[in-house]
Amino acid sequence: MPEEHDHIVTSFDEDLNQLDNLLAEMGGLAEHQFADAIKALVRRDGELAEQVIVNDKRIDAIEENVDQHTISMLALRQPMADDLRVVITALRIASVIERIGDYSKNIAKRTVAITQTPPIGPSRTISRMGTVVQGMIKTVLDAYLQRDADLAQDVRMRDEEVDALHTSLFRELLTYMMEDPRSISACAHLLFVAKNIERIGDHATNIAEHVYFLVHGTLPEETRPKDDQSSYTVIGGED
Amino acid sequence: MTDAVMNDAQSNEQMLRDRANHASDAVKRSLKKRYAAEARFKAYGITAIGIALAAVVILFTTIISSGLPAFTDTTITLNVELKEDVIDPEGTRDPLTLANANYRKIVFDTLLAEMPEVQGRRDKRALTSMLSQGASFQVQQLVTADPSLIGQTVELALPVAADFDLYKKGVINKDTDEADRRVSDKQMAWFDTLEERGIIQTGFNTTFFANADSREPELAGIWGATMGSLFTMLVTLLMSFPIGVCAAVYLEEFAPKNRLTQIIEVNINNLAAVPSIVFGLLGLAVFINFFGLPRSAPLVGGMVLALMTLPTIIIAARAALKAVPPSIREAALGLGASRMQVVTHHVLPLAMPGILTGTIIGMAQALGETAPLLMIGMVAFIVDIPGSVTDPATVLPVQVFLWADSPERAFVARTSAAIMVLLTFLIFMNALAVVLRKKFERRW
Amino acid sequence: MGEIDMSNSVQVGAPIDDAVNAARETKFHTRGVQVFYGEKQALFDVDLDVYENEVTALIGPSGCGKSTYLRSLNRMNDTIDICSVKGTIELDGTDIYSNAIDVVHLRARVGMVFQKPNPFPKSIYENIAYGPRIHGIATGKEDIDHIVEESLIKAGLWKEVKDRLEEPGTGLSGGQQQRLCIARAIAVQPEVILMDEPCSALDPIATARIEELIDELRNNFTIVIVTHSMQQAARVSQRTAFFHLGDLVEVGETGKIFTTPKDQRTQDYITGRFG
Repeated sequence: MPEEHDHIVTSFDEDLNQLDNLLAEMGGLAEHQFADAIKALVRRDGELAEQVIVNDKRIDAIEENVDQHTISMLALRQPMADDLRVVITALRIASVIERIGDYSKNIAKRTVAITQTPPIGPSRTISRMGTVVQGMIKTVLDAYLQRDADLAQDVRMRDEEVDALHTSLFRELLTYMMEDPRSISACAHLLFVAKNIERIGDHATNIAEHVYFLVHGTLPEETRPKDDQSSYTVIGGED
Repeated sequence: MTDAVMNDAQSNEQMLRDRANHASDAVKRSLKKRYAAEARFKAYGITAIGIALAAVVILFTTIISSGLPAFTDTTITLNVELKEDVIDPEGTRDPLTLANANYRKIVFDTLLAEMPEVQGRRDKRALTSMLSQGASFQVQQLVTADPSLIGQTVELALPVAADFDLYKKGVINKDTDEADRRVSDKQMAWFDTLEERGIIQTGFNTTFFANADSREPELAGIWGATMGSLFTMLVTLLMSFPIGVCAAVYLEEFAPKNRLTQIIEVNINNLAAVPSIVFGLLGLAVFINFFGLPRSAPLVGGMVLALMTLPTIIIAARAALKAVPPSIREAALGLGASRMQVVTHHVLPLAMPGILTGTIIGMAQALGETAPLLMIGMVAFIVDIPGSVTDPATVLPVQVFLWADSPERAFVARTSAAIMVLLTFLIFMNALAVVLRKKFERRW
Repeated sequence: MGEIDMSNSVQVGAPIDDAVNAARETKFHTRGVQVFYGEKQALFDVDLDVYENEVTALIGPSGCGKSTYLRSLNRMNDTIDICSVKGTIELDGTDIYSNAIDVVHLRARVGMVFQKPNPFPKSIYENIAYGPRIHGIATGKEDIDHIVEESLIKAGLWKEVKDRLEEPGTGLSGGQQQRLCIARAIAVQPEVILMDEPCSALDPIATARIEELIDELRNNFTIVIVTHSMQQAARVSQRTAFFHLGDLVEVGETGKIFTTPKDQRTQDYITGRFG
């Protein structure tokens, strides 16, 4: 006999579970990709970077799968209320995770280029940024699978730290480039890498907002704190 | 999948297949018995129908074969001399004189003249008994209608007495002893002679259909009883139909569903099962003794039969009203029709075919009722054809009863003939009911 | 990303015009409605308002009381002996169970269309002419002809039957019969039309036609519809009321009810978690 929270038609519940499974797989892959990309960058490991680039295809494949699955559920099940939000959110989050995968791939590409230049300093900051963002990704995916809106809210708040790290990294790299023109190549790539990591952080907060909508049916009201000053950062110039 | 799992799956499938086969085998085995039972049931049904049909066929052939002779009667064609000195010796042409003249003598003289070899008072009496009493009555009718015929000789077909009619039809014959017969050998011989002369005819018995009852079988007719039945049915219809339909409408549409209504319903259903003679007693006690209505009148008979038919009509009408689907009522009510309008505009018109069918069947039943009418005196010997609902009358089934009771042989055929007429009416009415029902049957 | 402005969000279900939104009058005002069938109570304290020129849908599982509530709005429950209605039901401010309102007049103002199409076994013309005749709305043949034509046009049936008005109403297809019943109800010029699962006996195309008709009719009438199909309620109504076991669980704007219902029971019902 079905419980109170299960659908009377059990295949509906199976479909919804299938959706969760797909997203869990996709999210796990994306986590892994990001971790590998950061590792490859810090260790200057070209081979690992190449692997990351190749593996991105798998994430894309699952996203296509999720697309088809959600479209079919909309047509066949006519989901209402919370079921509808589950389906729509799954569609949105899959798209965001796919973007995260793409960014990880871009980081890996830049890593390949960087390994061909002499090593430079700020790997610690990047490493720290990577760790924070990795934590955010993991937490937000857990929040999604557990339908925990409060956990998702925590993730939103952590992006402040990522933004601060990005600002300081930006300054660091500018300083490096000004001091030693030979490092410009590497630092230029690193600027992009830093931006990519910061974008991944933003996407994680997007996912967090989708999770909040899934649970409550409205978007979160408080604006999250943003502290990315990199757009305004100038060093030298009119000093 | 491992081997063990595959084996399990296979054996599971096998089990299901076996179960299915077992089930279908069981079904196959039971089929024979079931078909046999069906065939037996069919046989029972056909046998029952066969018995019923056989009974009906036997009934009809018996009645028809014994009744057919009554549809023909025998007449003797004579040249009747309308002697003026017998009819109107003074020549006044006074209607009273003409009415009271001795027409017997005239017709007897005519017959005696026809057979001059018959002599002797006894023989002559035996010869003239061949003529029915109606013969002289017929001549009287002729003369009083047209006195100018007096003195002329007119060729008339005069009715023959019932016994000779029976002889002609072979019912009375030489098989019985002369002492036990009503027609002696001599009379038979004279009759044969006259027949050889070609003056005896048999023709369609219009008297049967035109006359009222009479002591003489050859003059007895059912028209009186028919008119009596008609008047009675008229009164029954006029009384029972409106009352029955209104009662049914009230009980079905307006009565609140409480104890009182239930009691009324139960009583009406019981009334339908009350023996009809009880209604006769009621009629006798209330209508005739208390209200002083005329005895033997179709008015009282109709009222008694109306009481009897009322439960039938009410029950049939209620069934017809119930058969009108409630969706029609709801549709009408939803439009804002009052309850009266719903009933008169929608329910009654749709129920009318059913009500009519029930009424016709009730009328057919009433037509065949004898017992209650006996109680209120519609069993008297009435020779006049009733002209209104208060004239004394009798009805067809009672007429059959009276004739069946009569000792005269000639009435046997007439009784059966009357039954045939009655049956014809009943069959016609029932057929009308069936046709009506078929014609107006509605598919909702 | 700033705050999301929800005030202009897209509405699911049939849209409510802004102008109408602002000036909605209350057509039916019901408070504390209780209905008993003998000893058994079928409705418990229902408070519900029905607004003018709007479609209000009543949904809920079988036996929840929605049809009972609908039928008490035009006092059709009076025809059931053991049924008794308590509470206040006001039409335009007047209690319909008071002596001030004549039930026959009430039913001319509040028409009804039933689940199974039930045209009278008369001609199409007579079906529609009956109502106006008995209420004296139209008397001369011309008047009645005009009303018949107008009602059939409004019900979207005129083109199909204008050449065979004398044919029996029962000879039409199911969907046409139902539209005939709607035309019949319109002919009496009611203010409110009550519909008790009007499409449940019809195929999808006929259903869609009737839903389109309902959408057109709401410009001139107030409509209350009982339906088993949540999708139909979502498509056709502006307000939805969810009944369960004789209680009115939740009532609100149709879009909100089907995307973010407030009561868990409503959510469970519309997502198919219990019936």
